[in-house]
Amino acid sequence: MNRHLISAADLSRDDALLILDTAEELARMSDRPIKKLPTLRGRTVVNLFFEDSTRTRISFEAAAKRLSADVINFSAKGSSVGKGESLKDTALTLEAMGADAVVIRHVASGAPHRLAGWIRGHVINAGDGMHEHPTQALLDAFTIRRRLGLQPGAGASGGIGRRAAGRGGSRTGGARTGGGARTGGGGLDGVRVTIVGDVLHSRVARSNIALLNILGAEVTLVAPPTLLPIAVDGWSCEVSYDLDAVLPKSDVIMMLRVQQERMTAAYFPSVREYSRRYGLDAGRMAMLPEHAIVMHPGPMNRGVEIAAEVADSPRSTIVEQVANGVSIRMAVLYLLLGGAELSGEAR
Amino acid sequence: MHARTDEGSTGDGPGGDSPGSYKRVLGPAEIRRVLSRIAHEILERTHGADDILLLGIPTRGVPLAERLAGRATEFEHRTVPWGSLDVTMYRDDLRLRPARALGRTELPADGIDGKTVILVDDVLYSGRTVRAALDALTDLGRPRSVQLAVLVDRGHRELPIRADYVGKNLPTSQHETVRVHLAETDGEDAVLLGEWKEALA
Repeated sequence: MNRHLISAADLSRDDALLILDTAEELARMSDRPIKKLPTLRGRTVVNLFFEDSTRTRISFEAAAKRLSADVINFSAKGSSVGKGESLKDTALTLEAMGADAVVIRHVASGAPHRLAGWIRGHVINAGDGMHEHPTQALLDAFTIRRRLGLQPGAGASGGIGRRAAGRGGSRTGGARTGGGARTGGGGLDGVRVTIVGDVLHSRVARSNIALLNILGAEVTLVAPPTLLPIAVDGWSCEVSYDLDAVLPKSDVIMMLRVQQERMTAAYFPSVREYSRRYGLDAGRMAMLPEHAIVMHPGPMNRGVEIAAEVADSPRSTIVEQVANGVSIRMAVLYLLLGGAELSGEAR
Repeated sequence: MHARTDEGSTGDGPGGDSPGSYKRVLGPAEIRRVLSRIAHEILERTHGADDILLLGIPTRGVPLAERLAGRATEFEHRTVPWGSLDVTMYRDDLRLRPARALGRTELPADGIDGKTVILVDDVLYSGRTVRAALDALTDLGRPRSVQLAVLVDRGHRELPIRADYVGKNLPTSQHETVRVHLAETDGEDAVLLGEWKEALA
C-alpha cells in the first residue's frame, strides 16, 4: 500500500481487501470488555479538520484511541487559521510537534495531496472538497460485504489464519455462510450498487465508484442531469434518470445527501420535486429485491433524499455504517502506522 | 505496507521458501504420537480437563490446538473447547517489519474468565510471541491460570518463559531454522531443521 491514503482510486484490489480483512478482525474486538490494543502506543495522530464533521472526526478519534495512539484534535475554528495562517504553515507546525499521521478534512479538493508533499508523516484524507473520502468508501464496501454475507479473506491473505475456530466460537458462524460465494475471494464481484442523488458535489460518490470498481461491483448512478458531473461519461458506471426502473435490479442502494451548502445555483426546481423523483420512501423501498440494503453516508436530510421510515427500517445500514467506520479507520491507521517505515518509498 | 501473512513457525527469517537444506526431525507418525502424549499430559496435569481452554496462536498453533482438543475429547469422552488467539497487535517487533495481516481471535461465548488456558504454539524460541499472548489474554479476561504447550522447543529464550508441555526439545544454533509443516496449512506433517544460508545476524 501507499504511504498515504488520499484517494480510493490509488488502492489496488489487494490493498483494499487487506484493509477490509483487517477491519473484519478488528471489528470483533468491539464486543470485548477491553476495547483497546497497545499497537500504536507512542504514536501521535492529528485530526486536522477545516470543515465541520461529527462522525468522521469522532470515528477517527475513537479508532486512534483504541489503538493507543495519542490524538490531537485540531479544528479550524478557534485556531490560528482564523488569523489567516496558511495550510502549509499549519502543516509545518504539526510536523514540528511530531505528528506521525495527519487526518485531514478540507473544503479544497486536493488539500491532502498538497499536505503530503510538505510533511514526513502519513496523510489520511478524511474528505477533501468534492474530490474523495476514501475511508467512507472502505467502510461502505465493508458494510456491503458483511450485510450481503460475502466471504471475507482468501483474497489478500492467502487463506492464512482463516480456519474456522473452536466449537465455542459461534459468534460469526451465521454471517459468513449466506449470500452464495462469488468469485475473487473477498471482493464485491457482481454486486449491483445504485448510487442516488447529488453525485456532483459528493466526494463519497467519487470514492465509492472508484473502490466499488476495484472490488468488482457494478455501479449505477441515478440523479437529475444537473447533479451529475460533466465528466460522468468517462466513469466506469451506468447512468440512469429513472430511479423506479433501477430499484428492482439493485442489491445495494446508496442515498446521497443533497449538499445544499455547496450549491451555488438552482439544480432542481424544489426540494419537494427532488424528493418525489429521487427520494427513497417506503413505497420505493418495497420495489427493491428482498435481500437489498439501504445505505446513507450521513448526515441525512430526513424527508428529502430518504424518508424517516426507510432510514429507521431494518434494511437500513446507517447506524451500522458508523460502527463499521471505526473498524475501517483502525485498520487504515494500523496498516499505515503499525509496521516499519518503508525507507525511501515515498509516494 | 506489504502484507506479511505471518512469520509463523520458524520464529526467524522470511517465511517463504528458503535456500539451504533441511533435515526432517519429526514425521507424521511422530507428530501424531507426540500430540497424543501432550494431550494425555494435559489431562493428567489438569485432573481431567476441568474448565480448560486450548488457545492456538495463529498460524500453526491453531490446528495444533484443534488436534489436541480432539485427542483430549477422545481420551476423556468429554468436549474440550479450543479457540485461537491472535497476538499480532501485541508483538514487540511490529516496528521492525511492514504491517502484517491479522490472524483471528476466536473464543468460546463464555470467555476465558476462571478457566485454565493452555496456549498452543508450534515453535518456542525467543519467548516473545508467548509474552505477547500473555498481554493479549490480559485484555480478554482473567484466566485462573495459563499454561503453554509447544510442539518444538528450540531454546535460545530471550525472556523468562518456559513451556509446560513440550513435544520435542530440539537443540539448535541460532543460525539454524526450524520449520513446522502441518497438513492443515502446508499439506503435510513434518518438523524440519535447516541451515539458513543468508545468515540472520
